[in-house]
Amino acid sequence: MIRLEPRLAPSRIWSFLAPLAAVGATLVGGSIIFSLLGKNPIDVLLTIFWSPLFDPNMSAYARPQLLVKATPLILIAAGLAVGFKAGIWNIGAEGQYIMGAIAGGAVALAFYPAEAWFIFPLMVAAGALGGVAWAMIPAALKIRFNTNEILVSLMLVYIAAQFLAAVSLGALRNPEGSGFPGSRNLQYYDSASNPELLAGTGVHWGGMAAVAALACLYLLMRRHIMGFHLRLAGESPRAARFSGARPALLVAFCLGVSGGLAGLAGLFELAGPSGQISIDFNVGYGFTAIIVAFLGRLNPIGILLAGLLVALTYIGGEMAQFMLGLPRSAIQAFQGMLLFFLLAMDLFLHYRIVFRTGAKA
Amino acid sequence: MDWGSLNPLSLVATMVVASIPIMFAATGELVAEKSGVLNLGVEGMMITGAVAGFIAALETESQVAAIAAAAAAGSGISLFFGVLTQFLKSNQVATGLALTIFGLGVSALAGQNYTGQAPPQFSPPNFGPLGDIPILGQIVFGYDYLVYMAFLTVLGVWLFLNFSRAGLVLRAIGENHDAAHALGYKVTRVRLLAIMFGGATAGLGGAYLSLIRVPQWTEGMTAGAGWIALAIVVFGSWRPWRVMAGALLFGGVTLLQLNLQAVGLEINAAYLSMAPYAITILVLVAISARRSGKSADTPASLGKPFHSSA
Repeated sequence: MIRLEPRLAPSRIWSFLAPLAAVGATLVGGSIIFSLLGKNPIDVLLTIFWSPLFDPNMSAYARPQLLVKATPLILIAAGLAVGFKAGIWNIGAEGQYIMGAIAGGAVALAFYPAEAWFIFPLMVAAGALGGVAWAMIPAALKIRFNTNEILVSLMLVYIAAQFLAAVSLGALRNPEGSGFPGSRNLQYYDSASNPELLAGTGVHWGGMAAVAALACLYLLMRRHIMGFHLRLAGESPRAARFSGARPALLVAFCLGVSGGLAGLAGLFELAGPSGQISIDFNVGYGFTAIIVAFLGRLNPIGILLAGLLVALTYIGGEMAQFMLGLPRSAIQAFQGMLLFFLLAMDLFLHYRIVFRTGAKA
Repeated sequence: MDWGSLNPLSLVATMVVASIPIMFAATGELVAEKSGVLNLGVEGMMITGAVAGFIAALETESQVAAIAAAAAAGSGISLFFGVLTQFLKSNQVATGLALTIFGLGVSALAGQNYTGQAPPQFSPPNFGPLGDIPILGQIVFGYDYLVYMAFLTVLGVWLFLNFSRAGLVLRAIGENHDAAHALGYKVTRVRLLAIMFGGATAGLGGAYLSLIRVPQWTEGMTAGAGWIALAIVVFGSWRPWRVMAGALLFGGVTLLQLNLQAVGLEINAAYLSMAPYAITILVLVAISARRSGKSADTPASLGKPFHSSA
């Protein structure tokens, strides 16, 4: 008979092994899906995980894309990790990402066509503020009325998406765009653009911000009393209160940080790789970042590696779509499966599996 | 503007139609939550049901097969959540999110060759002369089978929870799983069944969208309906009739917004499309503002993992 025995403390070994085991299980599960779609699973896996990095014909395009895609994922996930540690569930990062981009983009378009050094920093500030402001809605409602932040932050994603549609067709539409929806392209507006910093690497200012965010996450969680309160609040809200944590402050902080980073991610994406505010500006990074945060075990180095891995599945997925005709949505299912396996592996973290025969003595 | 195009009778009928997907999903989620399980994967189960029902309808041209496929698919995918949370003790919030992400991906994958096709039209039940009664004929006897199924599901759940022994056991488990376990009730088994029931009804709600309300299949077509259903359960204080009323109210809001778009009100359509989500937030705020702290209506063990030490 198999029995589960709770561990007194989470297993340290399993906290490293669990993500690896989950990735392994996902590769197997993914292979089954790919076979069902009539593809050779080895070919698909090689196309997704190998060719973007090492195929001589592909890697010139794909390697920079890796960092382009990983940047928003890591930025958002670093913020989400703060809240998830404390049991505060901001799942509306996608909306905060959109609002950050709109706020930053609006600043840039307000100055167009003036060229000045302060425009880009101002956009960055506006982007962060846009995300924070959007995240403060669920935070304020949670603090004041104890409204569920999960549902509110998620509803706000749909509202933000509609707002994006409205401004792409209205207030921020390019007046010289011959009626097409979408704003001016910031890539051609020097003071507002967020170009590649080192040619061929895919690193833009967002990448710098992502690394800084991870460093701050580490300092916050391990070296600051706030991080201690956050971790305590996640494990035992009562104990956190006794240690002097203020629940309202924690809620505002967690949502503010995750909203601000999501807003930044949106702004950097807008001013950089994307270039313009358009109806299809958001592509789901805010949701995928949830997977990244969990895959990285809410830990800075983990999130860095997880962000790169998940970014690889995006690029590899695109290649598999292009070269093998794999449907685009297969990658989404693949990512969802990864999160399932990760959560399943948590069992080993918190429980010991005991095999025994007969009744308990 | 042309307000004359709004016919009150057809307004009632479309309100009912607009509320059905959420009524189905919220009623099932109500049962799961009454057993103490918070399943945030409603959106994922709905969209899976939507695509499964749609494919079955196109391939078999049979209404029964479509309905069965939708319920089975919703229920089947809910088992991922069930096994993970009940046997592997995973975090319910995170696992529910995973179910939504996974469901959206799998459904898009399954439905890729069906986008843009029209589903077969299923004939609604024929109530004979009843359907010819003025007014009542249109607003009571003029719907598809799934509409009546939704109302019967609400009735059934109400009867089950309040007047059956099994319903009492399920509620006991949701209030205090340790005590229920001590009395010898099978906590894990009951919760798993409740999760599967929630999956089946969410699947039906999704199928109603893809087969009748829209009717066609597009990726991500549930557009937050599953999340709104979760809010409606809170709004309804975990009581079947109130959940039904909440769904109808919500149907009314959706409809009003669509009609305002149709009569050409001078507001950007995008702003009107925000209405259902904004109103859901307002409703959540109103409900939570009325209560201080945790309400007595909330099942006491909701969202807490159960581990039997024996």
